[in-house]
Amino acid sequence: MKCNRLVDVGRRQFLRGGVLGVAGAAAATVLPAGQAKASPALAMVDYPSTKLGNIADLKVDEPLDIAYPDADSPGILLKLGTRVEGGAGPDGDVVAYSVLCPHKGFVMSYAASDKTLNCPGHFSRFDCEKGGQQVWGHATQNLPQFALRVDDKGDIYAEGADELIYGRLSNVLQA
Amino acid sequence: MAYKRNVDRLPIIPADAREHNVTCHYCIVGCGYKAYTWPLKKQGGTDPASNKFGVDLSTQQGAETEAWYAPSMYNVVKQNGQDVHLVIKPDVNCEVNSGLGSVRGARMAENRRSDITGTQQQRLTEPMVWRYGTWQPTSWDDALDLVARVTARVIDKDKEDDLYVSMFDHGGSAGGYENTWGTGKLYFGAMKVKHCRIHNRPAYNSEVHSTRDMGVDELNYSYTDYQVADTIMLVGTNPMECQTNLFLNHMVKGMQNGARVIVVDPRRTVTVDACEQVAGAENVLHLAIASGSDLALFNTLFTHIADQGWVDADFIAQSTYQGDVAVAEDAAHPAALGSFEAARAACKMSLADGAKITGLTEDQIRQAAEWIAKPKEDGSRRKTVTGYEKGIIWGNDNYRVIGSLVNIGLATGNVGREGGGVCRLGGHQEGYFRPSDAHVGRPAPYIDQLIISGGGKVHHIWANDHYKTTLNAAEFKRVYNRRTNMVKEAMDARAGATREELVDAIVGAINAGGIFSVDVDIIHSQIGQAAHVILPAVESGEMNLTSMNGERRLRLVEKYMDAPGSAQPDCIIAARLANHLERVLREGGRNDYADQFKGFDWKTEEDAFMDGYNSGNPEVTYERLRAAGNNGVQEPVKGYENGALVGTARLYEDGVFTRHGREDGKALFCMGSWRGLQAPGKAQQQANHRFLINNGRANLNWQNWFLDQKNDFVMDRLPVPFIQIHPDDMAELGLKAGDMVEVYNDVGATQALAYPAATARKNETFMVFGAPNGTQGNVINAGTNELILPNYKQTWADIRKISDATPAAAKASYKSWEVEL
Ligand code: FES
Repeated sequence: MKCNRLVDVGRRQFLRGGVLGVAGAAAATVLPAGQAKASPALAMVDYPSTKLGNIADLKVDEPLDIAYPDADSPGILLKLGTRVEGGAGPDGDVVAYSVLCPHKGFVMSYAASDKTLNCPGHFSRFDCEKGGQQVWGHATQNLPQFALRVDDKGDIYAEGADELIYGRLSNVLQA
Repeated sequence: MAYKRNVDRLPIIPADAREHNVTCHYCIVGCGYKAYTWPLKKQGGTDPASNKFGVDLSTQQGAETEAWYAPSMYNVVKQNGQDVHLVIKPDVNCEVNSGLGSVRGARMAENRRSDITGTQQQRLTEPMVWRYGTWQPTSWDDALDLVARVTARVIDKDKEDDLYVSMFDHGGSAGGYENTWGTGKLYFGAMKVKHCRIHNRPAYNSEVHSTRDMGVDELNYSYTDYQVADTIMLVGTNPMECQTNLFLNHMVKGMQNGARVIVVDPRRTVTVDACEQVAGAENVLHLAIASGSDLALFNTLFTHIADQGWVDADFIAQSTYQGDVAVAEDAAHPAALGSFEAARAACKMSLADGAKITGLTEDQIRQAAEWIAKPKEDGSRRKTVTGYEKGIIWGNDNYRVIGSLVNIGLATGNVGREGGGVCRLGGHQEGYFRPSDAHVGRPAPYIDQLIISGGGKVHHIWANDHYKTTLNAAEFKRVYNRRTNMVKEAMDARAGATREELVDAIVGAINAGGIFSVDVDIIHSQIGQAAHVILPAVESGEMNLTSMNGERRLRLVEKYMDAPGSAQPDCIIAARLANHLERVLREGGRNDYADQFKGFDWKTEEDAFMDGYNSGNPEVTYERLRAAGNNGVQEPVKGYENGALVGTARLYEDGVFTRHGREDGKALFCMGSWRGLQAPGKAQQQANHRFLINNGRANLNWQNWFLDQKNDFVMDRLPVPFIQIHPDDMAELGLKAGDMVEVYNDVGATQALAYPAATARKNETFMVFGAPNGTQGNVINAGTNELILPNYKQTWADIRKISDATPAAAKASYKSWEVEL
């Protein structure tokens, strides 16, 4: 069945994203030093700052597989080619999203034809130029977008997410 | 930027959280959900022992996990007066949806009223009466006393025609067996109210008279029939959006099992696209017919199938009527009913004529006939299941079209058989149990037109909003505002008067042409703005509530939270109103009439259930339904064995047809020939206006817009109702995506934002129905079929730009709805 084939593609992409993401994210999860000390619980989730790539690595409509806030949360880093609200970088056109569909967690793929993320599970789609707004679909939230910071060297860091990521009840996993 | 909740984490459901059975109350599919509640100052943990799922929640869960819920599935509500956490999430063990949530049902929790999180503050909490020029909160007794006193002035024994009643007849939502019985016992038992209408149409009638007259109930299959069918035929229905998990959990499985799909719809819907994704385009036949030509298509298919001999001769001989005409065409029957051969003669239409009228090719019709009826290589029946809905129910020539579709099912032996069925896909769930409505008559009175022409003195409204969802809506609103304002002015003029003087003033105003309006609803609706008394009702989950879904699956939603404020179940409101009417009538010395209002001493919704539904179905009790859980039991319930209710998976498996009440148990065929656009004014409208204004529902909010008008996620996506227009037409009209247009014709005007749709045909638009801020019904003319079924779909109008996009609309996405994989 065509549907299943597409689902398989989705799963393969998930694995690929996960593998690529491991190095950076693993480094990030080791970093926070404060965790060793007994500190009072904070009111907000403490997001890691994770380097996703460099501006120079990005080509329009060629998303980079990333993982944030940790290796098990696949996403993409994307240069749109047009300035958008919430876009980072010198051209204001760099965005990063979770690619786990907030409906049932299938891994989505990017369609450069209209700059959307599309779900093989039940055919939801999200607009990468509109903050991940669900164009049509079954998810009850728009796509989690990762907050980006770009430093002087052009390195791009993810530092937060604005919706709950599928498959976890805390965006930053905690025991 | 799209709306984001910025929720980084959610409280974890503890292992000992309370669990309640919930059937989603929005659409007819009735997906199973579980509501979990636990005390506000407690929480579960990530280790398996301390959460409801028994899994390690400190790790990422995989796709389709049971152990995740979205922020939309969470809220804080009151339960027995205490604040509790609430999670409502899809039930993986429910056969209907197998853990799938829809974009509507998976927001149930977020759409509960909460004083803590501030959601749904629009819910009504107190009775209100018009006093000192506005609505003032008051006690239930005060409000009901006023309603009873004014009502008692215009009704008397056997003289109840001045009381008009608009009352829902559905399940789910705030309907259900409890509440249809409560209102039904009041208006059809204690009284015999003739001037009444149903929530979505201007008369008290069936939407599917013909199939019932033919002996075939409109909900005759099981959803699993879609999984084993050879062919799925979808007519005027868009299940990917409107019965989402019936589509995803049953139709998709059918396609994966090899079923082919025929979709009859002038519009390329997301259903067509999803079918192509799943089954492959070569296994999907989209018959994009000319709007309103369905009858010509079905009569052509019926003729061709019969001519090829692709019929089930044994079934026709044994289970269908064998004479000529069984029921003659008359005022109550827009077509005669009779035998297979009689229908064949009456409906005869050649491929050439059918192709010409529908705009299809003869090959397309031939291919559809093969997919529907051509026996398989081994000679066995092709299992074809047919689903239909508003595209034909609210389309041209309702009676004949539905009859002609059922004809095909009967001729091919596809009713009462595995993988078959000819069924409506439905809107709300069902939950109808009432005394007989025979006194209403057929054709039923056209209530909205009667009100426009001055009929009615007192109007009781139960969860109807004519302002948003009637036809000829602009005219209705004008007249209703004027007539209710007459009463408001009379009440204002007597501020400070005694109750007796106030009632006299109201009666004076209604005798002068005014109308006294009582609105029972969960929110202050648009028609509620005209009301003089407003009574707050509850929804499913705020009360125990029973309903059945589109395969007749009966379930009990267990109350999991308190009502907002002092809101009450409709059945209890009806009972208290009956009590007050009895008291007021007795005070007035009208004891005979007062006696008719006895028998309303219910304290709970369960009392109403036992008084009503249980009286006709003695095996069914709350306790047994609770035990039956989210899989419930399919009606009719045949008994109770080994601790479980015994239901019926499929109707008519014995080949005996009963819905028409004929003693011989034989199904009838419909003898309805094609007669063009049947409803008054339609052909003329088509001739005078450029654009077809096809209309219907959207996935996001189709059965829950009344709540979603205050839901940020929904209003961010669709701040204004949309109209889909072909990009070339938009260019001609000088429109950019999101621009506000006016849609106008001979009956009225309304507004919508222009949404480009490359898949639309030129000059054929689609406007979303039921919006609070752009009433589609303003441009629907008053023309109905003979039995007062509205004809929404055949509407033509012109379009012009009135404004750039609203600031909110300018931020929304206008990309294609079709997935790109
Ligand atoms: S998982 Fe993406 S649409 Fe269902």
